[in-house]
Amino acid sequence: MDKFLTFTIVGLSTGAIYAIIASGLVLTYTTTGIFNFAQGAIGMLCAFAFWQMYIAWEWPLWLALLLSLLVLAPLIGAFIDTAIMRGLEDTTEVTRLVVSIGLLVGLIGLANWIWKPGVSRNVPAFFSGHYFSLADTRVTGQQLATIAVAVIVALSLWLFLRLTRTGVAMRAVVDDRALASLNGARPNRVSMLAWAMGCTLAGIGGILIVPNVALDAGTLSLLIVNAYAAAIIGRLRSLPLTFLGALILGCTEAYLSGYLKSTPNLAGLRLAAPAILLFIVLLVIPTSRLRGRRQSREFFPMPSWSGTFVFAGCVVFSGVVLATTLSNSDAVTYGRIFAVGILALSLVPLVGFAGQISLATLSFAGIGALVFGHLGAGGNPLALVLAFVIPAAVGALIALPALRLSGIYLALGTAGFAVALDRWIFNLADFNIGPVHISLFELGSTEVAPLNIFGYSFNTPSRQMVLVSVAFAVLSIAVVGVRRSAYGRRLLAMKSSEAACATLGLNLVGTKLTVFALSAGISGVGGAILGTQLRSISPQNFDFVSGLPVLLLTVVGGIGAVGGALFAGVSLMGILPLLALLGVFFANVAGLLPGIAGVGLGRNPNGSIHDIRDGFEPIIRYRPAIIWLAIVIPAVWILRLAGIYGNAVFFPLLVLSPVVAVIFATLKIGGVEQTPTVEEIPLEWKGFIEPWKESDLIELDAALGINEVSIHVAP
Amino acid sequence: MSLLEISEVSVRFGGNLALDGVTLAAEAGEITGLIGPNGAGKTTLFNVITGLQSPTSGRVILTGRELRKLSPTRRARLGMGRTFQRLELFGMLSVRENIRVAADIYKSYSGSKDDPAQVVEAMIDKVGLRSVADARVDALPTGQCRLVELARSLATRPKVLLLDEPASGQDDTETVAFALLLRELAAEGMAVVLVEHDVALVMEVCAKVHVLDFGRVIASGEPADIQTDSAVLAAYLGSGAK
Repeated sequence: MDKFLTFTIVGLSTGAIYAIIASGLVLTYTTTGIFNFAQGAIGMLCAFAFWQMYIAWEWPLWLALLLSLLVLAPLIGAFIDTAIMRGLEDTTEVTRLVVSIGLLVGLIGLANWIWKPGVSRNVPAFFSGHYFSLADTRVTGQQLATIAVAVIVALSLWLFLRLTRTGVAMRAVVDDRALASLNGARPNRVSMLAWAMGCTLAGIGGILIVPNVALDAGTLSLLIVNAYAAAIIGRLRSLPLTFLGALILGCTEAYLSGYLKSTPNLAGLRLAAPAILLFIVLLVIPTSRLRGRRQSREFFPMPSWSGTFVFAGCVVFSGVVLATTLSNSDAVTYGRIFAVGILALSLVPLVGFAGQISLATLSFAGIGALVFGHLGAGGNPLALVLAFVIPAAVGALIALPALRLSGIYLALGTAGFAVALDRWIFNLADFNIGPVHISLFELGSTEVAPLNIFGYSFNTPSRQMVLVSVAFAVLSIAVVGVRRSAYGRRLLAMKSSEAACATLGLNLVGTKLTVFALSAGISGVGGAILGTQLRSISPQNFDFVSGLPVLLLTVVGGIGAVGGALFAGVSLMGILPLLALLGVFFANVAGLLPGIAGVGLGRNPNGSIHDIRDGFEPIIRYRPAIIWLAIVIPAVWILRLAGIYGNAVFFPLLVLSPVVAVIFATLKIGGVEQTPTVEEIPLEWKGFIEPWKESDLIELDAALGINEVSIHVAP
Repeated sequence: MSLLEISEVSVRFGGNLALDGVTLAAEAGEITGLIGPNGAGKTTLFNVITGLQSPTSGRVILTGRELRKLSPTRRARLGMGRTFQRLELFGMLSVRENIRVAADIYKSYSGSKDDPAQVVEAMIDKVGLRSVADARVDALPTGQCRLVELARSLATRPKVLLLDEPASGQDDTETVAFALLLRELAAEGMAVVLVEHDVALVMEVCAKVHVLDFGRVIASGEPADIQTDSAVLAAYLGSGAK
């Protein structure tokens, strides 16, 4: 009984922290429609700031609390609202989600920059030495304070939302932003306030939790997954249910650590419990109605076959150039460009075409790598087929229950799966399911043999470089094939309006299931190929957090196009490592960049790849420039192969030649043809902004469906 | 037996009774009109019929078969087609592709031998969208968007066609052509249910008209009778009107 009580109290105090963080999440989600993946990271940043002031600078406790919770946290909130989230109107759920993931990644980068990781930082328990006894069980001052703070937060939120004018306005904005503003509420002020409050709540949670856990940017930011489950129990709407969910979650965790036998296989279960609970909760909450159409600024043009083959050719050519010029160690580093590109490619049909969100790409890659590692003895290429099929089957299996969900719920479901995999399943020893022996990472790492096709082994970094570039090119062509097929049209249709698709007789579940399986399969192949490059794989290669930048940068590049996938590979595995070589400062910048890029997405939801393509437009339209490039680039390469100069000259020349071609072509044909854009005047402003024209009347009539004009003249 | 029968359908949203015991039927080869002020429950009724909204009580019967347990997809495959008042087009696709999606879906479940590409061309001509066939639907005016939705639905060969304000956004000449098209569709054997604010159009083409107000059917009958019905006049013009 004592044990039970002890763990109940531990559970309640942990649950109290989750409740505080999750209530902030619910507050911002309901008022602004943005699910803040960075909620934990904001708490983390406040906790670090608190540590800095209270421990490192030895400022008084009250001052440190005041500055971190009532100055820093609200400022972060106001900044997020004005600088980042305002630009997200008329963007899809994917974009919004990715922006907040960008914020998460960026804040972790920032914290690691300011507070070097790997240094031990501790915050002592609050009220340490104080405790009181409850039926022979000791309740520490810290535990009591935590529970008390949660109760105060709950009560103040309740009173604030019910009794204050601003609180009522906040609830009104939740219901209908436009209507609330017509009635005098100021949605912008309300949303800024919601962000400020949400961040303060995150900060309170972060500071309360640091005495219990190590002060580490990644760990703290991810505690939020636990709080997600609580917020989902509250269906992202109800604060009381969120608090209840948080307490259930905290207690479950505490009981598991108290009563679960401490075998290695079950130790991970405790860590994964919140993620598994999140998954289960998602399965039982009632489904929402079919999604209707949303206005969106996003548009991905249909890729042409000719453009795709040129693209694929360039990819293979760059693979060959890199393979023949890079040293072995560089080829290992930069060889991952195309492998990560394949992982990013797996997101294009799923996220780009079908509008479904998955945060588990790297988990499927891990499964693919495992399959190839265990079944591809001697590098048997047939195992590559299994590395597609098995992750695809697992993907379909996971997706089947998750498909009732859409948008943010689906994203969270896949996040729960990914976290459960890397906290628990990937760390399991070998086991049997019936006659099938399952071997995972064997509690450490697994060797992956290099691919061997008809006796030709891809066992050097440069051979692998060529192989992976070819694989990326082939898969790109396949993905474009999907986009151009009837199936691809169906995916885009489903993304636009599930309701319309259903009323046309489309099997939504089947369609989502196949695209999920397809995406998981491509991830699996990408993972297998990445595995052959890494030679030895471990769970850390495929954890949830490492997968986030892949999604982030693919969306930044352009999630609707294969070029976006290459963009992700090149920036993650090419440009960022290159930047890190320039020194500590640039390494820190490199840690921050993906976040900044993600956060800036609201400005350009279609991705950068279209801008890059537009930049090269003059070359495409000016034939001599193409011929020039076709001569110069191979020439520069051949001179490098002949040993005339080294890479320090070669790569700048390689980058410069298309730039020169663009400049030359632009001078020759006078730049990109600008189509004159006529500023569209909204109908209701006709005759106000510009003088009234006869044609305006016709336009108004057509829009309103008025057939004739009757003018009443008084007799 | 009517092709589509709706019997005692009620929908409650919290304390608000959006539909209150609605009973009506639509016959094959006829156009049935459904009119009523804004908020009367017309779109909600369409959502119930197509399965996007589950009713609190009541039944929807298509060719003698009760649909209660069937998903929107299954209902569509049984021959239920519709358009939406708030447009539900596939914005990133062209007019042709929008219709093609529907034709492909139809072919996949019906086993029809028709070439979807030809079906699409036929539908484009039928509703008169040839000149904008390759335009992205996001760039079209509302009136034409409604025709795209109609063509898209027709590509699945529906038995019952529910049209939610299809003529809004159309000009005079377009409406005349549209009335002809509706008659043609009915003549092909479809049961067309028309929700429309253009009362003149409804009175011109419909065999029977139902008037919905505050979720209840306040009048049913032939157009001529409806036009003089005192309850209808009261609903539209206020209780003082005679």
